[in-house]
Amino acid sequence: MTVESTAARTPRRSSTSGGKRASAKKAAPKKSTEPQLVQLLTPEGKRVKHAENAVYDSYVADITADDLRALYRDMVLTRRFDAEATSLQRQGELGLWASLLGQEAAQIGSGRATREDDYVFPTYREHGVAWCRGVDPTNLLGMFRGVNHGGWDPNTNNFHLYTIVIGSQTLHATGYAMGVAKDGADSAVIAYFGDGASSQGDVAEAFTFSAVYNAPVVFFCQNNQWAISEPTEKQTRVPLYQRAQGYGFPGVRVDGNDVLAVLAVTKWALERARTGEGPALIEAFTYRMGAHTTSDDPTKYRNDDEREAWEAKDPILRLRTYLESEGHADEGFFAELDAESEALGKRVREVVRAMPDPDLMAIFENAYADGHALVDEERAQFEAYQASFAEEGGK
Amino acid sequence: MGVQKLPLAKAINESLRKALDTDPKVLIMGEDVGKLGGVFRVTDGLQKDFGEDRVIDTPLAESGIVGTAIGLALRGYRPVVEIQFDGFVFPAYDQIVTQLAKMHARALGKIKMPVVIRIPYGGGIGAVEHHSESPEALFAHVAGLKVVSPSNSSDAYWMMQQAIQSDDPVIFFEPKRRYWDKSEVDTDAIPAPLHKARVAREGTDLTLAAYGPMVKVCLEAAAAAAEEGKSLEVVDLRSMSPMDFDAVQASVEKTRRLVVVHEAPVFLGTGAEIAARITERCFYHLEAPVLRVGGFHAPYPPARLEEEYLPGLDRVLDTVDRSLAY
Ligand SMILES: Cc1ncc(C[n+]2csc(CCOP(=O)(O)OP(=O)(O)O)c2C)c(N)n1
Repeated sequence: MTVESTAARTPRRSSTSGGKRASAKKAAPKKSTEPQLVQLLTPEGKRVKHAENAVYDSYVADITADDLRALYRDMVLTRRFDAEATSLQRQGELGLWASLLGQEAAQIGSGRATREDDYVFPTYREHGVAWCRGVDPTNLLGMFRGVNHGGWDPNTNNFHLYTIVIGSQTLHATGYAMGVAKDGADSAVIAYFGDGASSQGDVAEAFTFSAVYNAPVVFFCQNNQWAISEPTEKQTRVPLYQRAQGYGFPGVRVDGNDVLAVLAVTKWALERARTGEGPALIEAFTYRMGAHTTSDDPTKYRNDDEREAWEAKDPILRLRTYLESEGHADEGFFAELDAESEALGKRVREVVRAMPDPDLMAIFENAYADGHALVDEERAQFEAYQASFAEEGGK
Repeated sequence: MGVQKLPLAKAINESLRKALDTDPKVLIMGEDVGKLGGVFRVTDGLQKDFGEDRVIDTPLAESGIVGTAIGLALRGYRPVVEIQFDGFVFPAYDQIVTQLAKMHARALGKIKMPVVIRIPYGGGIGAVEHHSESPEALFAHVAGLKVVSPSNSSDAYWMMQQAIQSDDPVIFFEPKRRYWDKSEVDTDAIPAPLHKARVAREGTDLTLAAYGPMVKVCLEAAAAAAEEGKSLEVVDLRSMSPMDFDAVQASVEKTRRLVVVHEAPVFLGTGAEIAARITERCFYHLEAPVLRVGGFHAPYPPARLEEEYLPGLDRVLDTVDRSLAY
């Protein structure tokens, strides 16, 4: 692997391994053999119980057929929404789109594990979590269309704004959780980030703070295997979930394409947080089926085999197989859901096309909460400047 | 290569290629710079030809990228690091300001910091937030750093060569919306010094001073003004730190009027410095106060408003008229 070759070729003057290329190579840890994933639903759609998963299993022990259909519906609608957004970008209606294709189970499973009074800090790809929190999906599109920088009130659904600077929000989540603890409240906080983001100093600092202050925060890392063109091996030499150990809180790797397992593990972690047991790190092992964003060209750095292998682990298909084999859903359910999906797609399309461009003066809005004399001055000048065109046109 | 018409991004690519080729100590580092060739493809093909030891895909950690570049420089390497977008330089700002900028002085001149930090900057490409900012004043304000920005392919090619050869840290701001603009590069030419301004168009009635992405706008403004019988001189500053005030002064002594244009907010920006210095140097030559055109004291707006936010022909010409009216 590339990481090993870099390590091997770096000359070392003093080193415990003797400074020889060969020993440096030996000293470097091997690429991890895949650790155990928490999995409750196999890629073939079989419900499994493992002894070592018993604790997680208990969190979904009482799940009903209704619940399972609801999870399925969430995933299907989220995928439909995402596909619509991708095509809207292709049609020039959005400037950019970050697709969640393939990550539906990680997002719906974790999103549905949250309680209404929990608080969620997303990155920029958590469309499925937003869905679970009751944020109207069309609200997510404003920033990608370029009409605003957010598009929803974070307080309404306890769902914070998307954060583009990688990893920043993990610290905000930690601080928020510290506040929750200070208030004596029993809610929890969940912070989403990617495998790439795990390299940022902010994330390491969030781990430190959360551990030191025993903050009720769950770190939910969606390891979709890629950070734009860089594979996870460019970020870490140990499985990501193991990082938690060094900070003094538990880390778990869950099959991120298994909605049931994600639901269970996230419920477990949130409950720990709520009951004062502090932070936990969940690594949802999943795959980004599409491009990083619509600006990206994955053919430059990854091959089709990999994608095909992951297609066989599709999160939606496996739940469908399970629902069908258990007789939990009939043709009618799937047909209805298809119709609902189409209707959602249509609504999203219509809303986006009808989104008005922001008012020009919005440039100056909300630069400060208490106002600012310089902004007022510039706004007045700009207004007068714009008005001068109207006058000219009028003459 | 000789004389060739190249897009600005390709000119930088060729320049980096030449640097890697001629000096084994030159390294390219950054996120996605390898196989992908960077999100703007500026480093396209370099890893293929020079290997993963020279063109290094780094973890997603800007503080780490700059901090390790400092260490590599201490060890005799000449790292050229890429920050993916302007708004993402801030995790590295601490390393740049507190360490990179001051290392040479603290070591009583005994160590050098030949690190180049490439930052695609500025707006006009319809991006989401943090992808369109112009933070150059924040760097130019810091002693120990050199700050430059090319406006065309030839400068991009040559200034990159010079930045890499410099023993000081250079913040190399690349005007991302000009990446695809083609112009001539003569790889056999003798380039102007890195920090020297250039008269991009001669004129007699007023001087427009700009750098990076705004040079093109100013040239267009000068062409438009010429149709109305006004003769504008355009000075491409090329370097914000150090700044070639002599060149601006010479131009202003001729035209007696100055308008500075940049995308960054006007308040406490590079234009403010130019206005102050030129007023001091040319007080008796000036027929009008030095005027500035630039961004507002407000967050960079969402993409649908950026054409209004960014200085365009109209705003430049309007300000030119205001100056000429004195
Ligand atoms: C501080 C910072 N550096 C660089 C970027 C550019 N960038 C945007 S997304 C991305 C990759 C993120 O990968 P990962 O954290 O794995 O999340 P994913 O997008 O795969 O969900 C990069 C490098 C950024 N947004 N912020």
